[in-house]
Amino acid sequence: MGFLDIDRVTKSFGGLKVLHETDISVEEGEFLVLVGPSGCGKSTLLNMIAGLEEVSSGQIVINGRSMNGVKPADRNIAMVFQSYALYPNMTVRGNISFGMEMHGIPKKEREKKIAEVAELLQISQLLDRKPGQLSGGQRQRVAMGRALTRDPDVFLFDEPLSNLDAKLRVDMRTEIKKLHQKLGTTIVYVTHDQIEALTLSTRIAVMYGGYVQQIGTPQEIYDNPANLFVAGFMGSPSMNLFPARIVSANGAPAAEISLSDGRSAVLPFAGRDGTGEEGREITLGIRPEAITEPDGADRKSRAVHVVDSRVEITEPAGSDIFVVTQMGGKDVTARFSADVPVKPGEDFQFAINMEKAVAFDPKTEARII
Amino acid sequence: MPAPTANAVTARTGEPSATGATRAGIHWPRVALYVILGLFCIYYLLPLYVMLVNSLKPLSEITAGGMMALPGEWTIAPWQSAWSTAQVGVEATGLRPYFINSLLMVVPAVAITTVIGALNGYVLTKWRFRGATLVFGLLLFGCFIPFQMVLIPMARMLGLMGIAGTVTGLVFVHMVYGIGFSTLYFRNYYAAFPDELVRAAQIDGAGFFTIFWRILLPSSGPIAVVCIIWLFTNIWNDFLFGASFSDFDSQPMTVALNNLVQSSTGVKEYNVHFAGAIMAALPTLFVYIVAGRYFVRGLMSGSVKG
Ligand SMILES: Nc1ncnc2c1ncn2[C@@H]1O[C@H](COP(=O)(O)OP(=O)(O)OP(=O)(O)O)[C@@H](O)[C@H]1O
Ligand SMILES: [Mg+2]
Repeated sequence: MGFLDIDRVTKSFGGLKVLHETDISVEEGEFLVLVGPSGCGKSTLLNMIAGLEEVSSGQIVINGRSMNGVKPADRNIAMVFQSYALYPNMTVRGNISFGMEMHGIPKKEREKKIAEVAELLQISQLLDRKPGQLSGGQRQRVAMGRALTRDPDVFLFDEPLSNLDAKLRVDMRTEIKKLHQKLGTTIVYVTHDQIEALTLSTRIAVMYGGYVQQIGTPQEIYDNPANLFVAGFMGSPSMNLFPARIVSANGAPAAEISLSDGRSAVLPFAGRDGTGEEGREITLGIRPEAITEPDGADRKSRAVHVVDSRVEITEPAGSDIFVVTQMGGKDVTARFSADVPVKPGEDFQFAINMEKAVAFDPKTEARII
Repeated sequence: MPAPTANAVTARTGEPSATGATRAGIHWPRVALYVILGLFCIYYLLPLYVMLVNSLKPLSEITAGGMMALPGEWTIAPWQSAWSTAQVGVEATGLRPYFINSLLMVVPAVAITTVIGALNGYVLTKWRFRGATLVFGLLLFGCFIPFQMVLIPMARMLGLMGIAGTVTGLVFVHMVYGIGFSTLYFRNYYAAFPDELVRAAQIDGAGFFTIFWRILLPSSGPIAVVCIIWLFTNIWNDFLFGASFSDFDSQPMTVALNNLVQSSTGVKEYNVHFAGAIMAALPTLFVYIVAGRYFVRGLMSGSVKG
């Protein structure tokens, strides 16, 4: 039993099942991020926690209290919306105080709380403006201020940063993280931006097609994706996924991959015993940062293998340079240090860290190694 | 790159006006335009002018010809007569009681119809229920039923309700007809109103009516103006329902004006008729002048912005 329990919850709209049976247990003070592509049911799940949608089956328990049939206002939650949803006819002050007014909090206390929240979010000088006179970032703060007045059990955020420009988004991301550290309130946060998910969360639930694909810490999700979808979705640039075949090398399993000029390379997986699956076709997954120039390879790794391959394209990115080559008939991105003199069209040595490699069944998309 | 483009633009726009203005001293196409606009203005304003000047001169000046001339002897007697002493139908009451009837009819009818339309629009967009689309479709259909078709059933209804031949009856009739339109206006306006606002208010603890009063209505100014002008103009100017469903003592202004013009047995007092006609037109003019500038804005806002 956690602080917020999503217990065998499903949701259907008419005959359409948009959320399949879902179990998530969130501890007090956790920052859970629901991440997934558009239409996967993130908002639907969040709205059910908020009480804006009914659950079709199962139940949601907050702080030991079942929420079935409880109105949004009585759930002791607060929510920040993608469009901020500030009441256009009220001032910032009115917006922040509206919820307290509805809950019958006396005027004196409201004023005190408004001042407190405005101080925290640095919006004191905006209190008498209308939402129409605020910038995107300021609106965002007001929306959070409105949520903060409630001292809620759970904060719900539905893509709160997606309407901001890139720079502001990064700033607000940091502020939300600070806020969480300061207040320690449980947060459920929806986004389709996997960077946001990785940077903000204490735990991530990756969703796709109405199913939760994997739940875990950002590190677990990043290093140990449960299936092909999670592997491909999380990380930027995304994980290289290309066909390979399992062979036996000195009694241990290895991946045989084809290189651009018809040669092939055998890459033993680190610290694995024979699986007896020789000959099985797999999809090999290696993140760009696990394919480097030989000098840049992870020194602690016991399974770095060097292969020669032709460089197709280079994409300088400041401190790094992304180098594209062909493996297993697919474009594969490697991450070199920016000072490596690498040119398109030349052969170059690529060091592959097989400790970080994962493998999936191409048909079921499930994780094998 | 941007600089040359900017130069080219100014050069091109600058050129024709420069040549046009300097060579002839006058910009002829402009002049022609204003002359034509001026002629149209005169064309449209002439009837008003005729009504106004003739309502301010004695009858003898009109019968002597010279409809277009300014009054030789200015008088407001025709206005006084039209307002309080002229023969309307069988009684010499002037138009005053009927003007009051019209006010008593139009104010509640517009107010109630607008509020109900706003409520309907709110429910149809933010609390969608099974069959909401069908209900809206039927309401819309109601807008387009020809007036003549409902005359007899409506007369029977009013009779059954015991409000036949009363101002209340007229208010009811106009409400029934107006709700379709007011609902249409508000529904389209609220459809562009973000659902997330309603959800935020729900989480804040506001109920059905609180959300309506505190959040939707205060943002409905532009569409309310459109709705009020539309309803006011239609209801005030209506003749058919007024003629069909009223008694002598509940007749609206339009019907009374007709009676005034028809009922003079002896000489036709044109000056009094003109004064009466202007009186009948004044309230709609007034509403349009006061609220008109919001009208276009309101019509735009529903469709364009979110
Ligand atoms: N009221 C509704 N009626 C019918 N289907 C709905 C309704 N609301 C959502 N859906 C469907 O449920 C699915 C999940 O929707 P949801 O809004 O939860 O997606 P999401 O993960 O939040 O996507 P996004 O990232 O685009 O916001 C979608 O396929 C959507 O079409
Ligand atoms: Mg969503």
